[in-house]
Amino acid sequence: MNRDAVDVGLFVTCLVDLFRPGVGFAAVKLLETAGCRVYVPENQTCCGQPAFNSGDFKGAANIARDVIATFENFDCVVAPSGSCAAQIKVYFPELLASDPVWSARAELLAEKTWELVSFLVNCRGVEAVDASHQGTVTYHDSCSGLRELGVKEQPRKLLGSVVGLSLSELEGAEECCGFGGTFCVKYPEVSGKIVGQKTEAVAASGAQTLLAGDLGCLLNMAGKLSRENSDVEVRHVAEVLAGESGPAIGRG
Amino acid sequence: MMQVNSSAFKEIAHKALHDDQLQEALGLLRTNFGDARATAVERLPEFGALRNAGRDIRNHTLENLDHYLEAWEVKATEQGAIVHWARDGEEARRIILGLCRSVDAKLMAKSKTMISEEIALNPFLEDEGIEVIETDLGEYILQLADEPPSHVIGPAIHKTKEQVADLFRDSHAALDPARRLVEISDMVGEARQVLRERYFEADVGLTGANFLIAETGSSVIVTNEGNGDLSQGLAKMHIVLATIDKVIPTLNDLATVLRLLARSATGQEMAAYTTLSTGPRRTDAEGGPESCHVVILDNGRTGWLGTPFQEALRCVRCGACMNHCPVYGAVGGHAYGWVYPGPIGAVLTPALVGIERARHLPNASTFCGRCESVCPMRIPLPKLMREWRRQEFESKIQPLRQRFGLAFWRWLAQRPVLYRWATAIAVHGMRLLARDGRIRRLPLAGAWTSVRDMPAPARRSFQSQWKGRK
Repeated sequence: MNRDAVDVGLFVTCLVDLFRPGVGFAAVKLLETAGCRVYVPENQTCCGQPAFNSGDFKGAANIARDVIATFENFDCVVAPSGSCAAQIKVYFPELLASDPVWSARAELLAEKTWELVSFLVNCRGVEAVDASHQGTVTYHDSCSGLRELGVKEQPRKLLGSVVGLSLSELEGAEECCGFGGTFCVKYPEVSGKIVGQKTEAVAASGAQTLLAGDLGCLLNMAGKLSRENSDVEVRHVAEVLAGESGPAIGRG
Repeated sequence: MMQVNSSAFKEIAHKALHDDQLQEALGLLRTNFGDARATAVERLPEFGALRNAGRDIRNHTLENLDHYLEAWEVKATEQGAIVHWARDGEEARRIILGLCRSVDAKLMAKSKTMISEEIALNPFLEDEGIEVIETDLGEYILQLADEPPSHVIGPAIHKTKEQVADLFRDSHAALDPARRLVEISDMVGEARQVLRERYFEADVGLTGANFLIAETGSSVIVTNEGNGDLSQGLAKMHIVLATIDKVIPTLNDLATVLRLLARSATGQEMAAYTTLSTGPRRTDAEGGPESCHVVILDNGRTGWLGTPFQEALRCVRCGACMNHCPVYGAVGGHAYGWVYPGPIGAVLTPALVGIERARHLPNASTFCGRCESVCPMRIPLPKLMREWRRQEFESKIQPLRQRFGLAFWRWLAQRPVLYRWATAIAVHGMRLLARDGRIRRLPLAGAWTSVRDMPAPARRSFQSQWKGRK
């Protein structure tokens, strides 16, 4: 493991902040165990993805400038979400490419921004976590993390070190869950069909717990499983890696 | 132009989601196309490098499009083909009609071409008294059913084989009613038998072109049924209908793009038939058309050059983006309401018919990025769909509620203190509606709760708890 202490700015993400604070605390615990000093800037809100994907590039660029100004002095910036991390890492430089002042700052921030689990494995050299979880879990690869940041083996590697946990791979794990940001409310019927295919695959996996690394996808899948009165529990992967065991998403 | 129904995306999608036969047919998409592609790609370790090479060939050609089109025209003319340039669909249809009239054509045998759908050629020719027979099995099925294609390589993929059997029984009334029509091979055999005679009757054979080769002046088609060869080889006149983006420089380049095309489309290493046509029959040859005409259509495409949409002109119409799209997989191709469905359709349709008429298409995407990850030409499809959303946003044609909602949220997101206040109030309101940690019906977010529950937000946000902990 990499033992050099670094200052990490935690980009909490708006969904974790409001829906699942435990994921934020799990991230803090994992980062501190990996030798990081964790800071949580108070004036962070959102990465601006809803504006960007709604075609409001100017609005998204304004939010990007706020995020850059808030986070650029840390050694690294980490988000417990592939989608928000990709917004900063991949799209901030694109959004600000023609801005003479901000494009260089966007590039610098992009270089040091990470999704949580890949940061632990690829940057901090974490090989194992000190946690236990009894039972079979399955894992959904959220699209942004998978395809924009290459998050695939890292969560599996760390889950492999959790005592008592066995992983049953999800059929179609790399297929979208139908969340898609505003897509899920703009086209609810289509979204409902796609997430229904996902919950069928979850049932077929035989797992008692469904994990993923992005809260948007998790709320969507948990909401569908709940509507179907399924017993499957849904959690963010960081919670399991940190050994947190409160109520699952949507369970009190 | 074929009628544009893209503004009815939601309504058609709704019907599609409740159409059991369509859902059954769509279920085969993953196994027949998705898995087949994955296996083919796995067997070719250099597939990634090949995709780069394909992208580079197409980029280079598009950056020098005038040069390659002129070079192709010189060669094609040398080989005896007659080249016609059509600015739009109307011009292309008129040119083709004139050519048909010049040989007093009664019947045209047609192999599959999406461009002819784009310019709605069949109804036009039939109004002018020229019968058109589709010879690609899928297109033939749709001609009988009077439906548009729902997929660029499997036009009738939305039909189950039972539906096709019923259609054949109704349409081929002269055949023995007691004949066997159970397996796909039974139906292929029957279509082949019915179509065979028509090839000989046809005065004109019309094909599309997968590629035009500047080096030789050839046009290239790939098929799995051999129907293209029969269409173009047996009639007096062969007409090729292609768009300006189909040209590539050399035969070597063709080898590269063909290795990508079939693997991406069906998982085959090569399609069963790859045919290069270079001019009409030679004087000493025994077969082939007496004349060969190539109609090159622009239809607005030159206007995409130098814009982000230039990248979409790399498309080779393999269909991989639709085969791997969760939205296409849920609703099928007809929901997209025009010629080109799926992610590439969501990029091409607004460019061809206008964003006002096609605004749903680039929005009806989860941006999962799987289309881009399988595109043999590495077209950044989500980026191009997002570019349409930008144009939609800037021209203020989004629904008002969506515009205001977004503007209010963005305003809040830049005011952290107010943002905390406002979200705390919203969370409080939501928690009043929650039972056992979940919300069954949420006012103002009925679209979410119409299909799934909403997990309740936390009593205290991370930020407020963190503050307390420090």
